[in-house]
Amino acid sequence: MLTLLFDGIAYGMLLFVLSLGLAVTMGLMNFINLAHGAFAMAGGYVLVVLMQRHGWPFLACLPAAFVVTALLGAAFERTLYRPMYKRPHLDQVLFSIGLTFMAVAAVDYVMGSQQVNVQTPEFLRGRIELGSGDWTLGMGRYRLFIVVVCVALALGLQAILAYTRFGSRLRAAVDDPRVAAGLGIPVDRVFLLTFAFGSGLAGLGGALGVDVLGLDPSFPFKFMVYFLIVCAVGGTSSITGPLVAALVLGLADVFGKYYLPKLGGFIVYVLMIAILLWRPQGLFSRGAHK
Amino acid sequence: MKATQDTAPKAAQPVAPKAAQPLLLAPSKWRPWEFALWLTIAVTPFVFPQHGALINEIAILALFALSLDMILGYAGIVSLGHAAFFGLGAYGAALFAKHVMPDPLVGLVVGIVLGALLGALTSPMIVRGTDLTRLMVTMGVALVLYELANQFGEFTGGADGLQGIVMGPLLGRFEFDLGGRVASIYSLVVLFIAFLLVRRVVHSPLGVSLEALRDNRLRVSALGMSVNGRLAAVYTLGAALAGAAGALLAQTTGFASLDVLDFHRSADVMTALIIGGAGWLWGGLVGAIAFKVLHDLISSVTTQYWTFWIGLFLVLLMLVGRERLFRPWTWFKRGGAK
Repeated sequence: MLTLLFDGIAYGMLLFVLSLGLAVTMGLMNFINLAHGAFAMAGGYVLVVLMQRHGWPFLACLPAAFVVTALLGAAFERTLYRPMYKRPHLDQVLFSIGLTFMAVAAVDYVMGSQQVNVQTPEFLRGRIELGSGDWTLGMGRYRLFIVVVCVALALGLQAILAYTRFGSRLRAAVDDPRVAAGLGIPVDRVFLLTFAFGSGLAGLGGALGVDVLGLDPSFPFKFMVYFLIVCAVGGTSSITGPLVAALVLGLADVFGKYYLPKLGGFIVYVLMIAILLWRPQGLFSRGAHK
Repeated sequence: MKATQDTAPKAAQPVAPKAAQPLLLAPSKWRPWEFALWLTIAVTPFVFPQHGALINEIAILALFALSLDMILGYAGIVSLGHAAFFGLGAYGAALFAKHVMPDPLVGLVVGIVLGALLGALTSPMIVRGTDLTRLMVTMGVALVLYELANQFGEFTGGADGLQGIVMGPLLGRFEFDLGGRVASIYSLVVLFIAFLLVRRVVHSPLGVSLEALRDNRLRVSALGMSVNGRLAAVYTLGAALAGAAGALLAQTTGFASLDVLDFHRSADVMTALIIGGAGWLWGGLVGAIAFKVLHDLISSVTTQYWTFWIGLFLVLLMLVGRERLFRPWTWFKRGGAK
C-alpha cells in the first residue's frame, strides 16, 4: 500500500520533470509542442551513449544529458520554432508531429529499434524497507533518488521563478508578452532561455527515466499523451498545477495498474476526460485570458 | 421588425436579393473540371484493375480525410483522435458481419450509425475549452476506445485482430474478389455519395455558418445562432462519415485490428488532409492520393524509415507554408504568398 503510494509519487515526480518544460513553453509561447517527448528521448540516449560507449559515471551523465538537450533545444528554438509562434495551433501541432516523426525515425536509424537498458550504479540498487505488515514501506533506492532529485528541482525552480530577476521577467512575459517587451524585457531572449531550459529538463527527465520508463525510439509517442495530460490538466500558468497533475497522474497510473490491471491505461484517460470536462482550462488556471 | 424595415433605405430593398442570389450561389456550382476529375476517378478501377487494392485504400483514406475536413477545415475543431470513429465503424462492421449478417450494405449502415452515435455522445466535450483541451479530449476518446478494444480481447480479438470475417456479395450479386476490383468500385461509389452529401452540406446555410463560426465564434453567437448546436451537428456528421470509412476498410479487407484505432491513423489522416488542403472539398481526395503515392514511393526506397521523410515533408510544409511550397517560382521573391 505505502509502497505503491511511494512508487506513484516517484513516477509522478518523474512525469513532472519531464513535462514541466512543455508546460512552461505552452504557457509562455502559447505553443503546442508535441515534439517535447523527442527532447526527453534525446536526453535518455545521451545518457545511454555516454555510459555504455564512453564509460562515464551515471551521476556525470545526468548533467550532460541536461546540457546537451538544452543546447539542442536552443538551436531548434532559434532556427525552427521561432517562426511558428504566431501560427495557428493546427500548424504548430502538425509541425511538431512532423519533427517527432523525424526524431523517431532518425533515432531508429542510428541506435536501432530495440529497447535499451542501462546499469544503474551500485549505490542506487536495492530497496529500503521501513515498517512492517500492511504498512511496509518499500522504497527502491533508485526511485528514492528520483524523488529527491525531482523535489530539489521543483523547489529550486520555484525559488528561481519567485525570487530572481529572470523569474519575474519570465512571469511578466507569460502574462503579457507585449507589455513585457514594452517595458524593456528582452522577451525573445527570455523565450530562448526558457525553451532551452525546458528542453534540458525534459532531457534530464528522460535520462532519469531510462530505468523506470524504458527507452526505445517510440518513446516520444508513447509518453506524449502523458506529458500533454499533465499540461492540460494542471494548467500552464504555474509550477504547482503541473506538479499536482503529475502526482495525481502518477498515482492513478500506478494504482490503476496494480488493482485493475485489466483496465490498464483506461482509468487515466477517463479521469483526464472527466477533469477536462469539469474544468476545461485545467485545474489550476487563473481564468481564460488566452 | 416593422419599424426597422421602415427606417431602412428604400432603394436598397428590391435590388439586393436579386443581385445577391447568383453571387451567393456561385461557389456551389459544379465546375467543368470537377466533372472531369470524377470521370477520371470513375474509370480508374476499370483501366487499372491490377491496382484495385491501392485504389480501394486511397478511396477509404479519402473518405476518412473528407470526414476530418468537415470537422477541421470547415468547423475548425483540432482533432487528434479522429481514428476513434474510424475504428468504431471498422469494429462495428466487422462484428456485425461476423455475428449478425454478412451483407456489406447493412454493415456499412451499422458502421455509420455507430460512428454518428459516438460523435453525438462526445460532441458536448469538444464545444468547450481551448484548442489544447479539445486536442486532449479527442485524443483521450480514441485512447479509451483503443484500451477497451485491447482489453476485451475475447470480443474484439485483442492484439491479434478480428479474423475470419466473411463478407457476403455486394447487392447479392458481386462477390468481393482477391484483386480488390469490386472493393475499389464499392469504396469509390460510397466516397462519391459522401462527397455529394458533404458538398451539399457545406454550401447550405449550415455549412456557411460553420465557416463563419470557425473564423469568429463570438460574432456568430451574437448573430443569434447556436454555436454549440452547429458544432455538435457537424461533429456528428464527420463522425458518421469516418465510421463509414472504417466500415469500408473492415469489409473490403475482411479484417479489423487494433491498428484502426491507433494514434498514427489519426496523424496520417490529418497529414493527408493538410497536404491536400483543409477547408476545401477536394482537399481530402487530393491529399489521400498524394499521401498514398508518397507513402508507396518512399517505402519502396526505405521501408523502415519512411516516417522520417513524411515528417520532414510536414515540417517543411508548415515552415514554408503550403501556398509557397507548391509554387516554386515564389521561393526567391520576398514577401510573396505567405
